[in-house]
Amino acid sequence: MSHSTTTTEHHPALVHQFDDMEQQKAASTFGMWVFLVTEIMMFGGVFVAYMIYRLKYYEAFVAGSTSISVTWGFINTLVLICSSLTMALAVSAAQKGWRRGQQAFIVLTMLLGTAFLGIKAIEYHQKWEEHHVPGGVFQKFDPVDISKDLVKEGKTPPAADQIANQTQIFFCFYFAMTGLHALHMIIGLVLMTWLLVRVSRGEFGPQYYTPVELGGLYWHFVDIVWIYLFPLLYLINRTHGR
Amino acid sequence: MSEGAHPTHKVYYLVFIALVIGTVLTWQIAFVDLTFFGISFNPEVAILIACTKATLVILFFMHVRYSSRLTMITVAAGFFWLLIMISLDLSDYLTRGIVKPQ
Repeated sequence: MSHSTTTTEHHPALVHQFDDMEQQKAASTFGMWVFLVTEIMMFGGVFVAYMIYRLKYYEAFVAGSTSISVTWGFINTLVLICSSLTMALAVSAAQKGWRRGQQAFIVLTMLLGTAFLGIKAIEYHQKWEEHHVPGGVFQKFDPVDISKDLVKEGKTPPAADQIANQTQIFFCFYFAMTGLHALHMIIGLVLMTWLLVRVSRGEFGPQYYTPVELGGLYWHFVDIVWIYLFPLLYLINRTHGR
Repeated sequence: MSEGAHPTHKVYYLVFIALVIGTVLTWQIAFVDLTFFGISFNPEVAILIACTKATLVILFFMHVRYSSRLTMITVAAGFFWLLIMISLDLSDYLTRGIVKPQ
């Protein structure tokens, strides 16, 4: 335990209910993890629903999954992993009290996060143009392309039409899961902006950098969710029909 | 152990390289047909790689490897509860219709 703060004047960030900075940081870290556990359970619920419907409408899930761009998904996974590295380096810079480093790495993390959302927007737009959006538009125009692909693979036209219609369930999950993830990314970007302001004020150093550390935990958590979303949504069965 | 301990930059770069390799592997292996004994093992392999990647992120980027026992058990409990939720839900949905009502 560090005794550097046990002088007559304590660190300005230390609040009165804690004995020292170490105890305060331990409490904050515990609290953040409890919050992240609730996040695990929330995303977990969606993942379980996904699993049940995937088992029930497997062929439709394969057809829907094959229609989304695996290349963009792959690039986006790399972008998020890079942003996790820059975030880890930002926390490290904060621990060392290196202000320029913190600013540079937080800005880099934000740029990569924005790039991720940009790519996601391109993918959404693609789906929108193809009418691969569940609901009225889907019913009105029919996912002709999915249906045609299924006929090529040897399905009878009525069966192909039925499976193509059922891909709406897949697209519901696709938009709900990636949408919930994207919302978390946007919240993450807001957090990063707030951290950047505090870094610029020179609030963090080796004694106190808990907000950067906890912001990092949040960012990495969002990265982990995507690590699962990528294979579950983009790669259900890519060897299908080969 | 102290909450403040952090890994070195070398560890961060090694974890990063492992994550990139895992991502490329997930992507490439998805196009290889891993059917043995009539069962496709592609989803299992993809999830296995994803779990490995997530573990690396949790242990090193999220510093759990260097954290207090309290943090470790909180994280472990979170995933344990997730497994309970998944297994109970699936044991319900996957067995429906097997037992016919009297």
